[in-house]
Amino acid sequence: MTQLAPISSRRRRTDVIMRGVLGAATIVALVPLVLVIYYLFHKGLSAWSKNFFTTDPNGNFLGYPGGIRSAILGTIEIVAFATLISVPIGIGVALYLTEYGKDSKFANVVRYFVDVMTGVPSIVFGLFIYIVLVLARTGGSTFAAWKGSIALSLLMLPIVIRSSEVVLLLVPGSLREAALALGAPRWRVVARVVLPTSLSGLVTGALLAVARGAGETAPLLFTVAFAQSLTGNLNQSMNSLPIQIYNDIQSPRAEVVTRAWGAALTLVLMVLLLNLIARAASRRSRLG
Amino acid sequence: MNPEIDTKNKDATDVSSPDQPAGQPQQTAEPARRASTETKRTAHSVTVENLRAYYGGQESIKGMSIKFPANEVTALIGPSGSGKSTVVRCINRMHEEIPGARAEGRVMLDDFDVYDPKVDVTAVRRAIGMVFQKPNPFPTMSIFDNVAAGLRLTGTKSDNLRETVHKALRGVGLWGEVKNRLNEPGIGLSGGQQQRLCIARTIAIEPEVILMDEPASALDPVSTLRIEELVEELKERYTIVIVTHNMQQAARIADTTAFMLEGELIEHGPTNKIFTTPEDERTERYVTGKFG
Repeated sequence: MTQLAPISSRRRRTDVIMRGVLGAATIVALVPLVLVIYYLFHKGLSAWSKNFFTTDPNGNFLGYPGGIRSAILGTIEIVAFATLISVPIGIGVALYLTEYGKDSKFANVVRYFVDVMTGVPSIVFGLFIYIVLVLARTGGSTFAAWKGSIALSLLMLPIVIRSSEVVLLLVPGSLREAALALGAPRWRVVARVVLPTSLSGLVTGALLAVARGAGETAPLLFTVAFAQSLTGNLNQSMNSLPIQIYNDIQSPRAEVVTRAWGAALTLVLMVLLLNLIARAASRRSRLG
Repeated sequence: MNPEIDTKNKDATDVSSPDQPAGQPQQTAEPARRASTETKRTAHSVTVENLRAYYGGQESIKGMSIKFPANEVTALIGPSGSGKSTVVRCINRMHEEIPGARAEGRVMLDDFDVYDPKVDVTAVRRAIGMVFQKPNPFPTMSIFDNVAAGLRLTGTKSDNLRETVHKALRGVGLWGEVKNRLNEPGIGLSGGQQQRLCIARTIAIEPEVILMDEPASALDPVSTLRIEELVEELKERYTIVIVTHNMQQAARIADTTAFMLEGELIEHGPTNKIFTTPEDERTERYVTGKFG
């Protein structure tokens, strides 16, 4: 009979204790997460109705306070415009870093700044735009949706650059070599080989940046401000979900606070949906 | 753009085009026949003069001169790190794509200087095609698009893209295997088929020279044999330089063989001579397996 070395009871005890401690830590972390979701659904669902999604806030002191239609559409408008700015520029910067800059000094300085930008608190971007564009009354307006979009795009830009760079680096060098060896100019290698190969990964990164931007309040607070009615004019103040929530929560009226919960649930579900789409896109990736 | 290279390419296409309409029905009837159905063509030779190549500060090719005769297969043999791949990558100026890498000396395509500062590097690479060690078809493209990629990526206007692609696929003996699934992804093929697809992609743009960097080392013996047969056929239209670790392979397919060691050319001569009665003692020790 083969004899295995016996395990001491002390070692066994340590194992049980460590397992218990780590399990407890996991539960402590889970409790608030579960509670957030519970409160969101518990309080938010009661606010949901057909009117909730089809009417704008009306500011009346009595009766139904109105829904969040303008907030949902405003968020979509602001974030869409921010995406239009940040995604092309972000992918452009990432392409520069991977295809041209590579390990040059300048490229590394850019990478460093992008990292710093990732860590800048979002309210700083809001303040920056407030000073540069709102106080200066650029475009003849003070608070305007497009200014909020720019603040958001500043926030999204480093996320897009970083995620795109990672994805572009996954494109095998052998494919670039194959294209170059055929006599392709570098821009065609990028357009015909690198971008198509990494497309789904780029989409995933962009969607995650969009999801991040959609939930931000601080950059919008000083730039878009607040409006009740629906507008398609990007040069005006506009309603948005985060700002609506921010305002409603401060109201003494219970109905309005409930509307904040309903708006919060809507926002979370919108962001969740974006994340799911991003996941689906990355699963279809050809880069694995 | 270099006018000289372009005219040469044009001439080359013109030589083959009169045959095209007449040859086409016959080729469709006999898909198994390959490059032999195409006309022979005199390709350009490559002459390397006093080539020095560097990676950063390190000199990896130490002043090498060699001539690769037109329409012949030249094998480069030698132990790992002897600079075989580097020489090949210097010929079509792919060496300089590696950060910090540079090359000195002259590489002549017939009487045309590949390293002339006025030369467009893309024109050089169109005239000197390359096949890599690992098959690298473009994963987002279909079989058809992979072969067409050479033309599309270089912005070459082709009057009859379809016919050019079909001809290239016939040229590598892949036509019969893929003619019914041209729109399926290229990476769905087997390793050997992928490598032949990559060769088809290279010959679709009608280069003068095909550089092959260990084209069969990632393939099984049967696929390897097919590549070797293909090389034999391709030399009727192209000048071929093949890097190989496999000495039997060099002995089977090469007209001349060059032995390299530590960035220097030790000996270059008829394959038979290199493997039986080499002049240099180091060559003899290498081909008899005593070192390397």
